[in-house]
Amino acid sequence: MSHGVPEITLGFLTFNLSTVLMLLITAAIVFIIAVVATRNLKLKPTGMQNFFEWIMDFVRGIINSNMDWKTGGRFHILGITLIMFIAVGNLLGLPLGGVYIYGDLWWKSPTADPVVTMTLASMVMVLATYYGIRMRGAKHYFKTFIQPMPFMFPLKIIEEFANTLTLGLRLYGNIYAGEILLGLLAGLAGSGILGFIGAIVPTMAWLGFSIFIGFIQAFIFTMLTMVYISHKVSTDH
Amino acid sequence: MFLDKFVLNAGAEAFNGGDVVATLVIFLVLMFLLKKFAWGPLMGVMKQREELVASEIDAAENARKEAAKTLEEQKALLKEARTEAQTIVESAKKQGDIQRDEIISAARAEANRLKESAVREIETEKEKAILAVREEVVSLSVLAASKVLGKEISEEDNSALIKETIAKAGEAK
Repeated sequence: MSHGVPEITLGFLTFNLSTVLMLLITAAIVFIIAVVATRNLKLKPTGMQNFFEWIMDFVRGIINSNMDWKTGGRFHILGITLIMFIAVGNLLGLPLGGVYIYGDLWWKSPTADPVVTMTLASMVMVLATYYGIRMRGAKHYFKTFIQPMPFMFPLKIIEEFANTLTLGLRLYGNIYAGEILLGLLAGLAGSGILGFIGAIVPTMAWLGFSIFIGFIQAFIFTMLTMVYISHKVSTDH
Repeated sequence: MFLDKFVLNAGAEAFNGGDVVATLVIFLVLMFLLKKFAWGPLMGVMKQREELVASEIDAAENARKEAAKTLEEQKALLKEARTEAQTIVESAKKQGDIQRDEIISAARAEANRLKESAVREIETEKEKAILAVREEVVSLSVLAASKVLGKEISEEDNSALIKETIAKAGEAK
């Protein structure tokens, strides 16, 4: 059974339609959940509003642990959107993990695609650099590359790329690995009656673990985003 | 290969520039929309609540101070009232004592006066009685004497004679 990806090329841009579809679905789910939860706002919160206020406070806690709120407050919305988007994206691949239509893989986590995660990671690093230069000045920004010692310069250059790579690939690796194992277990379950019985318990265990991983990775991505941004914008080093 | 179908991106050959654009556009549009429709209002409500809580705390603090002040006032008033009541009770007691003494002395005086008037009356009654007895004795004596003498002496002489005698007898007595 051959498998592929549904790709189309428009001009010089190649689109993986499955990735685009899953990104859109993720964004739609996040948007619908968020809007439904905040549609009926009350001073005394109930139900979903409580949950979203908890998320906001959680992200506020992440930011506060890296920089003071005066600097970090502007990244609050970025943080909440990132954590929601990545968490939903991570979980999205679980229920229908690997749906093939005409040999093409359509349903997967958008975050199981290295292009998506690396794009998000690069976006974070570009934002960090932009805000670093805007808030501290270009001179200070370039000075950080030769601090504390000038010979650190090559290491600092490598660090920039290493940060971006690890940020994106950590997320990709975790989710991708989870989906592969889930796919293997699904293949085992589909191989016969014995295989089905044998696959039930490991599949349930791995699904539970994947849900846990999905939330943890969303948290780690947001946390590291704030860490990297605070490296660039905060004044205390 | 059996495992090939699990390699999710095995079919991709070139770098997917379109995915990068799609990811960025979708994420940024999502962020913008959420800011406008979800996070913004939610943050507004949370800020509003913060302000409400702060103002409520202020109000509670003010109310507490006000209550403490009122309590102090009430205590002072109560103390004042108590001392006032005490002075009133004391003065009333004093007044009562004075009145009692007055009433007793007035009653005593009245009793004395009554006694004296009674004594005086008795005295006068006694005098009157004595006088009456004296008159009677005189007339009896005259009657007796005229009976004894068998003749009439002039009433005036006789009477004067007897009165003299009786007066002598009274002195001698």
